Amino acid sequence: MKNVKNAKGFWGSIVLVIIFTVVTQFLINGGTLNSFYVNTLFSIGINIILAASLHLIIGITGQFSIGHAGFLAVGAYASAIVTMKLGLPFPLAIIAGGIAAAIAGLIIGIPTLRLKGDYLAIATLGFGEIVRIVFLNIDYVGGASGMTVSHLTTWPWLLACVVITIVVIVNFTNSTHGRACISIRENEIAADAMGINTTFYKVIAFVIGAFFAGVAGALHAHNFYIIQPTNFSFLKSFDILILVVIGGLGSMSGAVIAAILLTIISTFLSNYPEVRMVIYSLVLIVMMLFRPQGLLGTKEITSFLKIGKSAKGGVQHDSKNTVA
Amino acid sequence: MIAKTPLLKVENAGIRFGGLKAVSEVNLELNQGELVGLIGPNGAGKTTFFNLLTGVYVPTEGTISLDGDKLNGQAPYKITKKGITRTFQNIRLFSDLSVLDNVKVAYHSLAKHSILSSIFRLPSHFSGEKEMEEKAIEFLKIFKLETVLHEQAKNLPYGQQRRLEIARALAANPKLLLLDEPAAGMNPQETEELMNLIALIRERFSLTILLIEHDMLLVMGVCERIYVLDHGQLIAEGTPEQIRNNPKVIEAYLGEEVS
Repeated sequence: MKNVKNAKGFWGSIVLVIIFTVVTQFLINGGTLNSFYVNTLFSIGINIILAASLHLIIGITGQFSIGHAGFLAVGAYASAIVTMKLGLPFPLAIIAGGIAAAIAGLIIGIPTLRLKGDYLAIATLGFGEIVRIVFLNIDYVGGASGMTVSHLTTWPWLLACVVITIVVIVNFTNSTHGRACISIRENEIAADAMGINTTFYKVIAFVIGAFFAGVAGALHAHNFYIIQPTNFSFLKSFDILILVVIGGLGSMSGAVIAAILLTIISTFLSNYPEVRMVIYSLVLIVMMLFRPQGLLGTKEITSFLKIGKSAKGGVQHDSKNTVA
Repeated sequence: MIAKTPLLKVENAGIRFGGLKAVSEVNLELNQGELVGLIGPNGAGKTTFFNLLTGVYVPTEGTISLDGDKLNGQAPYKITKKGITRTFQNIRLFSDLSVLDNVKVAYHSLAKHSILSSIFRLPSHFSGEKEMEEKAIEFLKIFKLETVLHEQAKNLPYGQQRRLEIARALAANPKLLLLDEPAAGMNPQETEELMNLIALIRERFSLTILLIEHDMLLVMGVCERIYVLDHGQLIAEGTPEQIRNNPKVIEAYLGEEVS
C-alpha cells in the first residue's frame, strides 16, 4: 500500500520533471529566455549537483571536507580530455568525469578519513590545492592557460544529471546505509559500538559525493568553453561549502534551495563587481546570526508539507522524513 | 558447578599509555548467564577495561577471548558482531535520530539489502527496510518505548534515554552486554526500575551481563559475583557478601586505617 503510494509520487515527480524540461527547453529555443537567464539556469543546475554531493559528505556523514573543488577539477579535466583529446561523445565524458573523481575520492578518502574534525578539513583543503597545482603543471591539459572545451552541455543533459544526483543521494540517505552514515555524524564511537563499519561508510559517502562532484565538473567544463586551474582554487571549495551550510547541515532540500538562491544572488550582484563580495559576505553573516542552523535546519522540505497532511488524515508515519 | 568453557575469558590483560599502566594483569572469567559487577573507586580503570573488551583500545598485554575466539586487535564493529555490545557512562545516543531509527542502526549489521539495491529501490530494499522496522517496533515494546517511536532521542527524559541506550545495545543481538554505570544520575525510584529492567532482559534474552556501577545498593542487590578494580589491578573477587567484608576493598574505598 505504502509502496504503491511511493511509486505514485515517484512517477508524478518524473512527469513533472519532464514537463519542466520541455517547457524550459521551449523557452530557451524560442528565445524568451535570453542568454543571461540561460547561463544562470545552467549555473544553478551545476551548483545544485555540487551542493547535493557535498551535503552527503558533510551534512549526512558529518565529515568536514573542504576540498570539493578538487573533485570538481578532476571531473572537469577528465571529461575535457575524453571529448577534446580522445574525441568521444559527451555522455561518456560525464561518466568518465564522475568515475575519475570517484577514484580520486577513494584514494584521498582511505588515508584522510581516519582524521577527525579540523584535521580532516586541513587534509582535504590540501588535497584540493594539490589537484590544482598538478593540473597547473601538466602541459597536456594546457597548464596555466587552461584547456579550451567545446560547449556541449545542454539543458536536458544538465537536468537529467541534477535529477539523477538528487534521486541517488536521497535514496541512499533514506535507507539503512544512509542511517549508518548519519549515526557516524551523530556519534562515531557509538556507531562503532553498534556494529557499523565506520571507515567503510565514510569512504562510501566520500566516493559517492566525489562522483557527483566529478559529474558537475564535466557539465561545468563543457559549459564555460575554457577550464583553467584557477577556477578550482580553495575559494571554489568554500563556495560549495557555503551552499551546504546555508541550506542547513543535514538537509538535502535546504542545500538545493540554497544553491538556487545564492546562485541567483551572486549572478545579479555580478553587475556590481566592486561591492559583490561585500554584499555576498553580509548576506552570509546576517544569515548565520539570525539562523545559525541554516535555512531548513536538519529537516527536509517534505516534513513541512507533511504537517498539513497529517492533521487531516491522522498520523501518517512516513519513515522517510525522520531521517535527516 | 562451573561451565566447561567460560563465555568471556580475560587473561593477564592490560594496557599502558606511555609509562602509565592504566590496567594491568586483569584475569576475569564470565560464565554463560551470569550477572557480574565490576566496582572500584574513581579512576580505577573500569571504563578503560570496558574499552579493552570492546576494541576501542587494543590491549598491550594479555588476551581476551569470547567463546574461545580471540578478540585482541579486532575492530570495534567486528567485536560487536561477535557478540559484545555496551552502553556508555555518558549516554551516547544518536540524538538527532528518532527512537525507532536508533534501534534500526543497531540492526544494520543484519541488513541483507545492498547499497545498490537501496539506490535503485529494488524490491529487496523495501522488504529489508520493512522487516527492520517491524522488528524494531516489536523490540521497543519490550522497553515500553513504543509511545515515543518518532520522538528525537535527544528530547526523551533522562530515564528513557538510558532505557533506549540499553535497548539499542540489546538490539545488536549480543551474547555479552556491558553496562557502564547505567544508574548514574538516577533517583532511587528510577534505579529500582532499572534493576527490574536488568532482571527482565537477562531472563528474556538469556544474556551474560557485566556491570560497572557506583551505586552499591544496585550492585549488591543484583550481582552474583563482583570484581573489584583499584589502580588498574584486580584486588578482590567474590560474592557480594565476601566483597562487603574484604579488608582490601574497604581500604581502597575508605583509605587505610590509622594504626
